[in-house]
Amino acid sequence: MADVDITSQTMDGMGPHGTKVGLLRVLGPAHVWALGVGIVLVGEYMGWNFSVGKGGAYAALIACWFAGILYSCVAMIDSEVTSTVASAGGQYTQAKHIIGPLMAFNVGLYLVFAYTMLEAANAITAGYLFSVVATMTGYSGELDQRPFIILVITFLAWLNYRGVLATLTFNLVITAVAFSAIIILFLSTSGILGGGIMDHAALFEGHELPYGWVGVLAAMHFGLWYYLGIEGTTQAAEEVRSPARSLPFGTLAGIMTLLIAATLTWYVCSGILPWEFLGDGVDGAVAPLFSAAQLSGSMALVWLLGFGTLFATLASANGCINDASRAWFAMGRDKYLPGWFGAVHPKYRTPYRAIIFLVPIALIFALGAPLDQVITFSILSGLLGYTFMPLNIILFRRKWPLDTIKRGYEHPFHPIPAIALLTLCGVTFFAVFLGYGTQLVAMIGFYIIVSLWFHFWRYRFVNRGAQFTMPWPKPRGY
Amino acid sequence: MELWNYIEYGAWALAALLGLHMLVDWLKTDSTYDEDVLISSREGELEAMAEEHKVH
Repeated sequence: MADVDITSQTMDGMGPHGTKVGLLRVLGPAHVWALGVGIVLVGEYMGWNFSVGKGGAYAALIACWFAGILYSCVAMIDSEVTSTVASAGGQYTQAKHIIGPLMAFNVGLYLVFAYTMLEAANAITAGYLFSVVATMTGYSGELDQRPFIILVITFLAWLNYRGVLATLTFNLVITAVAFSAIIILFLSTSGILGGGIMDHAALFEGHELPYGWVGVLAAMHFGLWYYLGIEGTTQAAEEVRSPARSLPFGTLAGIMTLLIAATLTWYVCSGILPWEFLGDGVDGAVAPLFSAAQLSGSMALVWLLGFGTLFATLASANGCINDASRAWFAMGRDKYLPGWFGAVHPKYRTPYRAIIFLVPIALIFALGAPLDQVITFSILSGLLGYTFMPLNIILFRRKWPLDTIKRGYEHPFHPIPAIALLTLCGVTFFAVFLGYGTQLVAMIGFYIIVSLWFHFWRYRFVNRGAQFTMPWPKPRGY
Repeated sequence: MELWNYIEYGAWALAALLGLHMLVDWLKTDSTYDEDVLISSREGELEAMAEEHKVH
């Protein structure tokens, strides 16, 4: 197969093993960045501030940076593994090659649930934002949010259906606007451009750690919100032109962007809004950056952050559709799920059946489930996925040491990031158990039941001969 | 009726239109192409063609 020119127009998207129609390799590092940051940035606009309510502003900052360490480990580990296992499905495909089918099945489901739930939560939020805009523009009635929720999901699914390049270029533009809005808000309110309105000392006095160190622990759960989803960059692996270069570049640039955005967000909001108001994400600061812009007295900032909030929400939902459909598609292609889902559109080169199938599921959750439950299920599925990653990289390095296969990126200080990630996952599980113990137990019960179903029934249909595709040497010790 | 009522109806209509477009295209695609072609995608194309996976 070495004589096949993969850049040829006639062979584009086609390859060996009988592939006649494959996903299109058209993306670059900027699209990978847009996918990762786009999914996450909504967490800066809303959600993270519940950590302030749990333990005060300093606890939120500690949670922000601890979670930042956790996600830096995630980004580094993911960059190494996915630049080597560069296929749609991301962590699912990694688990399949490195650990085994049962782990892969579970990880695939974590991904699909985490992203589909997050997509539903984003659509609910977008519907709410439209109602806020209606009120701001003088509408006196009660806006029906349902058409806007449905429109967000169908429009973004349609965009995904029509092609990955347009989808992620759209994400690149709206994510860049949303990120720039945070920077402009910081520059405008900190005193760098014009008069500053921040007063951290006065707002923090007497409220440094209102609930002590237990509050810091409780805040950890919502600290994840600043970065949750950056691991989604791996799903673009089969559609980037140069996986070994683009995936590490886009992912690591993404986590750096998020560390800056998260710290600036905390700094701006905690310096303008009292912690009691900031920490109440239901009746207080629903969208804290927007609330900070309102207090600045500038209508231009209010509109900019308003659009920033909407764009961040749309970018997140868009990235989630992209990622959930790739994971579902990859599982279908290997017959972990019915092979029918492994189809690629011959014209648009997208996993069109997977995209369409997940639309009604997202709609059911967006229209029929409460937002906090949807978000909790998404976070818990994500957390299970993060727990898998350190085990994955330890086994990867053990079975295929650095001198045996070529990697696009080698992460430094192994196994320290893996151990740090595992420890922080343990702490976060404990924090989640304190607040959402019932949901955690119910969800683990769900995954045990589907694992039994997979082991005793579904595995007989899996395309076992075709599922291991990497031309690697035999793993060490086998 | 206020402007936002019209926007609501517009959102319903646009969502239906986009959903319908996907459905029609899906059915058209499935009936035009052989199933073997549609599900012919295999993992690891690039690796098999371009990657050596040897450390020099």
